[in-house]
Amino acid sequence: MDKRIQRARRADRAMTGIFYGIAAFFFALLLAFTGKVIIGGLMGASPEMFAFARQGAIGNQLFNTVYLVFISLLVSVPLGVFAGIYLAMYAKPGLFTRFLRICIETLSSLPSIVVGLFGYLVFLVFMGMGKSLLAGALSISILTLPLITTTTEDAIKGLPAGYFQAGMGMGSTRWQAIFHVLLPACIPRIMTGVILAAGRGFGEAAALLYTTGSGSSLRWGNWDITSPTSPLNVLRPAETLSIQIWNLQTNAQDAALANLASAVLLLLVLLFNIGANAWSRHINRKNSGEKA
Amino acid sequence: MNTTTQKGMFGKEYAWRGIAVLCGLFVIALTLVIGAFLIYKGSDTFLKFGHTLWEFLGSAKWHPVDSAEGGGAAGALIFITGSLVTCGLALLIATPFALGSAIFMTEISARFGEKFYRPVVEIFAGIPSVVYGWVGLTVLVPFIRNVFDRQVGHSILAAGIVLAVMIFPTITSVSADAILAVPDACRKAAYGLGSTRWQTIRHIVIPAAAPGIISGIILGLARAFGEALAVSMVIGQTTALPKSIFSTTKTLTTEIASQMGNAMEGGELKSALWSMALLLFLVSLLFITLIHYFTNKGKAKAEGGKA
Repeated sequence: MDKRIQRARRADRAMTGIFYGIAAFFFALLLAFTGKVIIGGLMGASPEMFAFARQGAIGNQLFNTVYLVFISLLVSVPLGVFAGIYLAMYAKPGLFTRFLRICIETLSSLPSIVVGLFGYLVFLVFMGMGKSLLAGALSISILTLPLITTTTEDAIKGLPAGYFQAGMGMGSTRWQAIFHVLLPACIPRIMTGVILAAGRGFGEAAALLYTTGSGSSLRWGNWDITSPTSPLNVLRPAETLSIQIWNLQTNAQDAALANLASAVLLLLVLLFNIGANAWSRHINRKNSGEKA
Repeated sequence: MNTTTQKGMFGKEYAWRGIAVLCGLFVIALTLVIGAFLIYKGSDTFLKFGHTLWEFLGSAKWHPVDSAEGGGAAGALIFITGSLVTCGLALLIATPFALGSAIFMTEISARFGEKFYRPVVEIFAGIPSVVYGWVGLTVLVPFIRNVFDRQVGHSILAAGIVLAVMIFPTITSVSADAILAVPDACRKAAYGLGSTRWQTIRHIVIPAAAPGIISGIILGLARAFGEALAVSMVIGQTTALPKSIFSTTKTLTTEIASQMGNAMEGGELKSALWSMALLLFLVSLLFITLIHYFTNKGKAKAEGGKA
């Protein structure tokens, strides 16, 4: 009997040790990973790599990345927010709503390369756009749409029932209650979802491989939106940071440049994710009544 | 009562409601259109070029002709095997570690886990896959070449490790949620009977959280299965069935990523690639169904029914 207890105690101590070990190992691995990418990338860079030049620099790609994600959010945010409002406020339980949920889940689990192929087929082959920033941005919109929809739905459903009831009690219509009471109350939460979606868009490469192409020749100061070298033109090919890393590894082997691009991309994504995380914690604290 | 304001009020209500319904419809239409396009494009291999389903899934002869005449061989077994092997290896590596981390941050060091470990893990879920691929290529591949003394470091092993690191955060955070959802009374009952913490974890907590943990593993698997670029950077891209974990091979996604740009529109090669994309789509549907199955099972268990 004593032996069994002793054995159980020993096993318990051993397993506790193993769990600490696993946790410490991965913690160290993750820190080493980011440290290596960020510090290694920035240390190996030369100043001209930060320039906005056609080759050997990351400036144009960085601009393309941000611009592309911005355009994609312009499309996916309104669509996603309204779809979320529909699911949270108007949808009646039934076959249609269930099917809509299945569709959202399907969209969110699509491999990004499949979305890229779909974008290539629809925007390039059928609509004849040519490899362009817009085609890539719309593909990214498909990827981020489900995320924004579910965040909006969760945000509205997470509000206390009193918000909606008070609105209705004042004689408002459903829409008035949504627009004047519910949406303002959950905008911070929806913003968190949008930031996360942006983070996902920054790093996306497979969906852009066949939709945006690899052009990076921009003429700064050329603000004519129809010209192929204008930074603002959405119908020009646009190489993003992630595609740049991919191209550098397949074609030339300018490792220092790819390292720097990885570092900047990782910084951008971490910044957005940490921002979203900190913000949602802040909101939670505020809503739970502590001083924020 | 001012009837005109009321009219405007209700007019707006119907208009905005209409827009919300339209957006819902749009999401459904989008999904259906994606599915329809994939089926339409992917079925050419079988209908137009006359390959059998059995040949596509079970043959390793991959010589599709890059023209509309057809007549080549379109066996995708190499890529299917490649995908299965790399994802299986990634799961084998990632699951024990992810489970260990999830247990650590919920059962063993809950305060530190909730405040610090989980945010870090979740932030890492967002790291772009090309960055993983690039680090895999510049660090892991030379490492494997030197340590195992191979001619090339590109291998299934490298792809498995890269994917494992990629899906580790997903499995960890979903499993941790499942473990947190186990009622505290279960733990207290176990401690009350004199169990040690490890006995409680092994005999009570993990079985109770099993459906959620399996959902997490499937989610991770789905992410690994759909990953294209990170894998292509480190897997070496040779069209041959793998012989060991040091072999170079291709997966469904890497073949699509590397060939789609060169293939001729309407040709046999392109159709075969579309069929592979259709296969990816069907597999992701399968994963969703599995997750639903396990979530329902978990619910039944929590309600005390037979599960």
